[in-house]
Amino acid sequence: MKKNILSIIALLALSVSALSAQTATPVAPTVNAGDTAWMIVATAFVLLMSIPGLALFYGGLVRRKNVLNVFMQVFVLVAVISIEWVVIGYSTSFGTNSIEALKPYIGGFHWAFLNNIGISDLSPYFISHSQIGLDGAAVGTIPHIIFIMFQCMFAVITPALIIGAFAERINFKGFLIFSVLWSLFIYNPVAHWVWAADGWLFKLGALDFAGGTVVHINAGVAAIVTAVMLGKRRDYKGHAIPAHNITYVVIGAGLLWVGWFGFNAGSGLAADGLAANALMVTHIAAAAAALTWALLDWIIDKRPTVVGISTGAVGGLVAITPAAGFVGVPGALAIGVLVSLVCFCMVAYVKPKLGYDDSLDAFGVHGVGGILGALLTGVLASPLIQSAYSGAIYGNFHQLWIQFLAVGVTIVFSGIGTFILFKLVDKFVGLRASDKHEAIGLDETQHGETAYNNFD
Amino acid sequence: MKKIEAIIRKSKFEDVKEALYNEGIDWFSYWDITGLGKSTEEQIVRGQVFQSNYIHRRMLSIVVRDVNLEKTVNAILDSAWTGETGDGKIFIYDIEDTFRIRNRESGPDALFNKE
Repeated sequence: MKKNILSIIALLALSVSALSAQTATPVAPTVNAGDTAWMIVATAFVLLMSIPGLALFYGGLVRRKNVLNVFMQVFVLVAVISIEWVVIGYSTSFGTNSIEALKPYIGGFHWAFLNNIGISDLSPYFISHSQIGLDGAAVGTIPHIIFIMFQCMFAVITPALIIGAFAERINFKGFLIFSVLWSLFIYNPVAHWVWAADGWLFKLGALDFAGGTVVHINAGVAAIVTAVMLGKRRDYKGHAIPAHNITYVVIGAGLLWVGWFGFNAGSGLAADGLAANALMVTHIAAAAAALTWALLDWIIDKRPTVVGISTGAVGGLVAITPAAGFVGVPGALAIGVLVSLVCFCMVAYVKPKLGYDDSLDAFGVHGVGGILGALLTGVLASPLIQSAYSGAIYGNFHQLWIQFLAVGVTIVFSGIGTFILFKLVDKFVGLRASDKHEAIGLDETQHGETAYNNFD
Repeated sequence: MKKIEAIIRKSKFEDVKEALYNEGIDWFSYWDITGLGKSTEEQIVRGQVFQSNYIHRRMLSIVVRDVNLEKTVNAILDSAWTGETGDGKIFIYDIEDTFRIRNRESGPDALFNKE
């Protein structure tokens, strides 16, 4: 029976290829309902990662006097970056520039305010499912606007990740202005380099399936720069300040895990085997990383901790992100185990040694995990997943070199760019909350509300 | 020995803490309290501004030697003051005895601040 089906499929495939070879008159491209349905769901999943996933994960880790401030920061970014995205963000990230010299570096304004995009347009971006449009150019199988919204959620969560670095000591106004500028001048160009059809890192062949470079390294590096420039919290004594609500941390990490299925399995822009594989390796890497972190806790500090296993899971999800479309389960296991080993050392030993105050380890987990994941993609990419891509263990050392280059360029660009934006905003608006505000808590001083009230 | 219980504004807690540290009083307990009283607090919920008479304050509890009583009370009076209704209250109690559980020390010796 199975054989029969296989031969029927083979026959069909043959006849289809024969047909496409003959056709002189192109057929109008159509929306694939399955792909589109999945992308709509995946988009909602990625929004779920920001609110409430990341908000709870970060909010639980801060002290009770700052939890609303963290929720508010994530929430306001969802709102403001979404607007920025349709106004100019999408166009500068994924559009083409009319100035030839700038084409590889930044998109133009052709799609500003989503101008020139209709609801029946098909996505010009695709991974595995494509078709030939009436004008002869290849297009994807999903509507252009769902691609825009899917990418919108990525643009939203990236600046939100940085919150972990400066939590508990930043003034809200400064934060808001800084984050919008950061999205405009750091996120959008890097997204263009790596994902846009004429981006220079994309053309170079850098592999970044779901945003290890664009999202995690980018945000992670911005995190360490802002953490160092903003200075330590007044109460920071070289070790973590205990989380005020670990149940939030667990719920947040759980929602991030769920949402990450949309993040990674949606990044194939289709409901197919590649998406299924991305979902599987995402899950396995997260599981391996969670387990590894818990074991490290158990061995080194005598007891497995809940914050530890949650952090490990997030680390694994970060590291598998660039690799999700290129590795199989063995690669996912390796990535999961390695990322927890490296991030654990980073957070437990290196950070206290260096003495910077990355409040919630945005750099330690997202930056370091992202860098490791991007490099390991260059090592472990398997031709069994996508035949066109292989990594160093399959003899393609050139891929590893390209990954190094993409990681290095992102680190340098994000580092320097964040430094300049921080200086500017600090000078004109001010970023550090006053000592007194920090002591009283940002909930009360920035928003006039407190999280835990007992009114009868 | 005296026990000082002070109800202060939350926003003044950091100032009071610093003032107490400066006087060498570096150990005390505190907790957040809700009370009803004459004063009201402005609350804003969904754009509506109203006066709530559920008042949020912080309570400090400090046990000191008799000699330290005056400077502790003065430190709180000075640092917790704004001049508006609702600055808070200070209550003084006599303490009969104190024991340190670890080594059964008792009396003033069992207090944290040795002077």
